Amino acid sequence: MSSNSPLDMLYRQVIMDHYKNPRNRGVLEGNSVDINMNNPTCGDRIHLTMKVEDGKIADVKFEGEGCSISMSSASMMTQAIKGKTVEEALKLATIFSDMMQGKEYDDDIDLGDIEALQGVSKFPARIKCATLAWKAMEKGLHQHH
Amino acid sequence: MNTKEIRRLFPILDQKVNGKPLVYLDNAATSQKPLSVIEALDRYYREYNSNVHRGVHTLGTKATDAYEGAREKVRRFINAKSTQEIIFTRGTTTALNMVATSYGRANLQEGDEIVITYMEHHSNLIPWQQAAKRTGATLKYIPLQADGTIDMKDVEATVTENTKIVAVAHVSNVLGTINPIKEIARVAHQRGAVIVVDAAQSAPHMKIDVQDLDCDFLAFSGHKMCGPTGIGVLYGKRELLEKMEPVEFGGEMIDFVELYESTWKELPWKFEGGTPIIAGAIGLGAAIDFLEEIGLDNIAAHEQELAQYALERLSAIEGLTIYGPKHRGGLVTFNIEGVHPHDVATVLDAEGIAVRAGHHCAQPLMKWLNVTATARASFYLYNTKEEIDQLADALQKTKEYFGHVF
Repeated sequence: MSSNSPLDMLYRQVIMDHYKNPRNRGVLEGNSVDINMNNPTCGDRIHLTMKVEDGKIADVKFEGEGCSISMSSASMMTQAIKGKTVEEALKLATIFSDMMQGKEYDDDIDLGDIEALQGVSKFPARIKCATLAWKAMEKGLHQHH
Repeated sequence: MNTKEIRRLFPILDQKVNGKPLVYLDNAATSQKPLSVIEALDRYYREYNSNVHRGVHTLGTKATDAYEGAREKVRRFINAKSTQEIIFTRGTTTALNMVATSYGRANLQEGDEIVITYMEHHSNLIPWQQAAKRTGATLKYIPLQADGTIDMKDVEATVTENTKIVAVAHVSNVLGTINPIKEIARVAHQRGAVIVVDAAQSAPHMKIDVQDLDCDFLAFSGHKMCGPTGIGVLYGKRELLEKMEPVEFGGEMIDFVELYESTWKELPWKFEGGTPIIAGAIGLGAAIDFLEEIGLDNIAAHEQELAQYALERLSAIEGLTIYGPKHRGGLVTFNIEGVHPHDVATVLDAEGIAVRAGHHCAQPLMKWLNVTATARASFYLYNTKEEIDQLADALQKTKEYFGHVF
């Protein structure tokens, strides 16, 4: 397995770092958004809690079980949306979805660690792993509104 | 058994995946198809495609003969007494649902029990949950031993005089456990219950004799035994099927239709409403011919050898946990410590090796195993020891790969 193999593009160091050391892990007390989502075909699951104040995501935490891609994506997602407005978070979700589908996406916004997940788009069977947390976030924010 | 020769009959196996020769180890999900089956389907559509049981014309007769001929092949394949006991369905799931819906709802009431096991596939679990809900019957589970087998003492204790239906997998799709159907059937019958056997993971791999097993119902799918998708079989004892109501109503299954009343055709056609799965049944017939020519006993022995070899090779990998008993059908379910099975499957796929990762449609069993998902390699007549070596080597690489990236 050479260092530029598709596999290495999938399992980037930063992804493994988020998998091993997930950010914002746990359940938020006094949350305003509380959502569970699972992927029934593979058993991955996420429990996402957010505190939305004045149209901003003041805090966010996740709990869950799943593969490296689903859990690292969840960790990165929480990191990316913390402190952002609801609109910005939803915009990020759209960008992420486009990125997963291999579409052109808005690159004006600094995606930070999320960019590392780009390699997932080459693995169609794993896209749903990466999008689980983002779908939970979108659904949660839509329910909140 | 000459595996090299057999592999030549499966054109799909001769290809590269991600630059590596395909190693197909997902046979418990679906098997590949030999040329003879592909050609039987092709011939039907090219030469005599026609509806069955009604056309007076020549093609109609040919199609009917082939469709009913396939039923006779299935009868012989499982040693049923009569073709009246062979109902073509869409697959195992449909067959089990038919029993749960037709037999279950007519024969269950509050206070009755349905007994299943912790190792059931969702298709032999949810239909019974639903039947219990509709009728007020209670659903009970036979517990498993630590190695994933069933102790007959637990069967004796769980199946009571109130039990009306015992439904159990012949071979577990996750653990590979081969259940003692004959003994379980004896207990069920002693208590006055019927036994329903999910043979999806056994019919492709071993000789089935429904009279010897003395099962009341037995279901299996064509696509797991070299046949096409969309065709399966429900076997039922004639005296039981005769008393059962059809599940679907419409064309093909009726005798006389009046404005407010209708009567049904005789067995097995009363259960086959609508244009049947003609090509599927013909393809299944060709698959049975193929399997019988090689011999089910030879296939079973070959898979035994592969399973035992896989157990030996995989258990030598440190940090790899294997689930299920030593004596098993041709599959091995496992996990590598610290690596999620999806990640295992992705790395194996990069090596050209196809395995299954997930909960295998057996969530209660996953809970019992205390895991959320597992990886599974499942074998068939065309697999080789060399492929198991490739699997073992790739798993070793997987371990190193994740050890390295962490």
